[in-house]
Amino acid sequence: MSLAAPNQPATRRRRLQMPVSVMIGLAVVMLMLAVALLAPWIAPTDPTNVASFDLMSAELPPAFMPDGDPAHWLGTDNQGRDLFSAILYGMRVSIAIGGGAVLVAASLGVVLGLLAGYFGGWVDIVIMRVGDVILSLPTILLALLVSGIARAVFPEAGTAQWAPVILIGAIAIHEWVQYARTVRAATMVEASKDYVRAARVIGLPPLHIMVRHILPNVMSPVMVIATINLAAAVLTEATLSFLGVGMPPTYPSLGTLIRIGNEFVFSGIWWIAVFPAVTLVILVLAVNVVGDWLRDRFNPKLKGR
Amino acid sequence: MNPAALSITDLTVDYPLADGSVVTAVSGVNLMVAPGEIHALVGESGAGKTTIGNALMGLLQAPGRVAKGRIEIGGKPVDIRTGRTEGIVQGKDVGAIFQDPMTSLNPLFTVESQLGETMRHHLGLNRAEARQRSLELLRAVGIPEPERRLKSYPHQLSGGQRQRVVIAAALCCDPKLIIADEPTTALDVSVQAQILKLIRGLADERGVGILLVTHNMGVVAEVADRVTIMLKGQVVESGPVAQVLGAPQHPYAKALIGAVPRVDVKLPRLPVPAQESPGTAAAREQVRARMGGGDEAKAGVLSVDNLVVEYGARGGLFGGGSHVFRAVKGVSFTVEPGEIFGLVGESGCGKTTVANTIAGLAKPTSGSVTLGGLPIGAKRGGLARKALQMVFQDPYSALNPRLRVATAIAEPIAFYHLAATKAEAAEDAALLLEAVGLDRAAGARFPHAFSGGQRQRIAIARALAPRPRFLVCDEPTSSLDVSVQAQILNLLKDLRDLAGLSILFISHDLAVVRQMCDRIAVMKSGEIVEQAPTEELFAAPTHPYTRELLSLVPSLDKIAREPAPLGGAIG
Repeated sequence: MSLAAPNQPATRRRRLQMPVSVMIGLAVVMLMLAVALLAPWIAPTDPTNVASFDLMSAELPPAFMPDGDPAHWLGTDNQGRDLFSAILYGMRVSIAIGGGAVLVAASLGVVLGLLAGYFGGWVDIVIMRVGDVILSLPTILLALLVSGIARAVFPEAGTAQWAPVILIGAIAIHEWVQYARTVRAATMVEASKDYVRAARVIGLPPLHIMVRHILPNVMSPVMVIATINLAAAVLTEATLSFLGVGMPPTYPSLGTLIRIGNEFVFSGIWWIAVFPAVTLVILVLAVNVVGDWLRDRFNPKLKGR
Repeated sequence: MNPAALSITDLTVDYPLADGSVVTAVSGVNLMVAPGEIHALVGESGAGKTTIGNALMGLLQAPGRVAKGRIEIGGKPVDIRTGRTEGIVQGKDVGAIFQDPMTSLNPLFTVESQLGETMRHHLGLNRAEARQRSLELLRAVGIPEPERRLKSYPHQLSGGQRQRVVIAAALCCDPKLIIADEPTTALDVSVQAQILKLIRGLADERGVGILLVTHNMGVVAEVADRVTIMLKGQVVESGPVAQVLGAPQHPYAKALIGAVPRVDVKLPRLPVPAQESPGTAAAREQVRARMGGGDEAKAGVLSVDNLVVEYGARGGLFGGGSHVFRAVKGVSFTVEPGEIFGLVGESGCGKTTVANTIAGLAKPTSGSVTLGGLPIGAKRGGLARKALQMVFQDPYSALNPRLRVATAIAEPIAFYHLAATKAEAAEDAALLLEAVGLDRAAGARFPHAFSGGQRQRIAIARALAPRPRFLVCDEPTSSLDVSVQAQILNLLKDLRDLAGLSILFISHDLAVVRQMCDRIAVMKSGEIVEQAPTEELFAAPTHPYTRELLSLVPSLDKIAREPAPLGGAIG
């Protein structure tokens, strides 16, 4: 079909146009990223600094309510932390841990998937069977197990410094399998193509072929999975923190804030739980909208629509 | 008098683009197919021949539309917008045979239901009648044991049988016109010959008009009555086959027919319109200096000794089965330095497996492959490895889509430290591009910017980059148009002469092999049945299989061609 050639740039341009919902989603994600990144400069107070806590002003309602304090426009939590600042910092932690987990899982999954797909044989069998075993456990169970064990053998694991690392590991250990499976399948397809065979005939070493020739051609599905998994990883982090095995209560994350707020919801102090929860929902929703769009855009079966 | 099976008047097909401009795929085409006549529509890819076929069947793809013109099938006008008309029913008056018999049958239905469905729908037959008629049709298209085959699923049939079923399906409602789009391109020569005979018979006995879309001039010469040659959506020449192919008038028609490799005589070069730039010659001189110079071992003899390759040996961790398939059963041959050695055979004969084993892509079960006395691929990155390179069949997948052309060519140069600096490696890559007849500026672009022929040139340049002594070419031109094929074949010959390369040339096309090779081996089911110098093999084949293959090649030679251009027949 030589006729497809002159058509191509036009269709590509058309396909890059995104629907309004995706544009909003992308804008929200960008905004939240920026806010999270700039939290220390934007936030009115530093919610990680215990000295700044003022128990006298604990559980103040938001500024727009009758008893509200204009200094804390989303109110304060049970320790007197400014809730707005806590949410900003919490978002920072959630995004950092979610992003970190995605990065670790994707790197691990891409490497293992490439190895399994390129070499096949026992390398493939070992990697993929380990992956199958891991996938037979629910994400949250495995994450609980990992952080539980980490805390038992390594007392420091619960501190604000080490908890993110443990959380990233606990989430990534489950998520990499999905990347590995996708990359393995794509690698097997690419490896049978002539350009890879040509590279083998030239005598290029396997590592070089995998990194330079196959990797760039299998990355687009990885980008799509990564976006969708980012939302899932943020949720898992929030869940773990909510269950008390994530970030320490002194360091706010969206999950810990919701957990703290959960105890007060029925005593009329709803804002501690609701504001972080709404933030979490917006963040996850926005990332998912963008991720879904990316997935559709890169899905060859939906091309030409 | 019977109305024409097909009459096309002033047909124009447009593809409007998103930016408002219009690509005209077919413009002002007139065409007439009489009942019982086979009219061939030939041209290179992009000439618009398939577009015409699709327009007739109302299968034009979304933005495409018939801008003007008139189509009549069996004397009845077709609504050019919908491809339909009163009295004309798709699948009833027009039958279609497509290129790939693998995909034109639904794998989930038996032959009986595929055939019967159409008849029950269009002819209102009941189950038993449809079955009766299916049987008749299967007999008519020469399928052995038709009763048993009715119950078969497509995957249980061979490629040739499938194509026969597709033809039976096209015939089932006694159409006035059959559109056959490259009906034998996916088939082996021996099967192709049978299918062509069948199609000829249909036209003669049933009086069906057949529009045969093809790029194979041999097929045209073999079966067609009339031929229309198209170029860029326009008819350049049309007339009886003997007249058009024997003495073409239009310069393009002349060039196209001249580029078809001949099976009868060997020419020193295939005639192509000359377009070698002076830069190419200069670049080749430099490439020769680089490849010839150096202390590298001179070509050396490639020797394949009693090669056996088996597939599917041991199962995996849990696989106990040991279904061993012997793809190559003890093949031996040698290729002398500077020789082009041809390996021919039908699909599945093991020729590609031999190529892969020589290139180190498959492991021999037993036997040995040595180049200049060194085992192939023994030392990774060693001499034997880089001395042997491969050119693949499909130029579309042979280049990494994410690598710029110059980068891809420079990669092996840098890897083997054949250039001192990055700049020198880039210069080498540019020279190679020029040597294969491309612009040096082409290096900055990605593979998708090039046509099939250009990509194959790039693939050859890349294969030459590690300065090999031996080139394995696995069907290097079978996916290319004839004129491009002629250019690539000439290029390979020039490179052989230039750098003293030895070439193992694998092909199913005997005419191409005759033009290219010094010696030829014929393979059948994993064994070499005959091996001889080219002229000897074509003049006096000794093995019955070789004789059969030679007799089956559809060729232009049945039609008196203009005498071979200067240089004539050289042994």
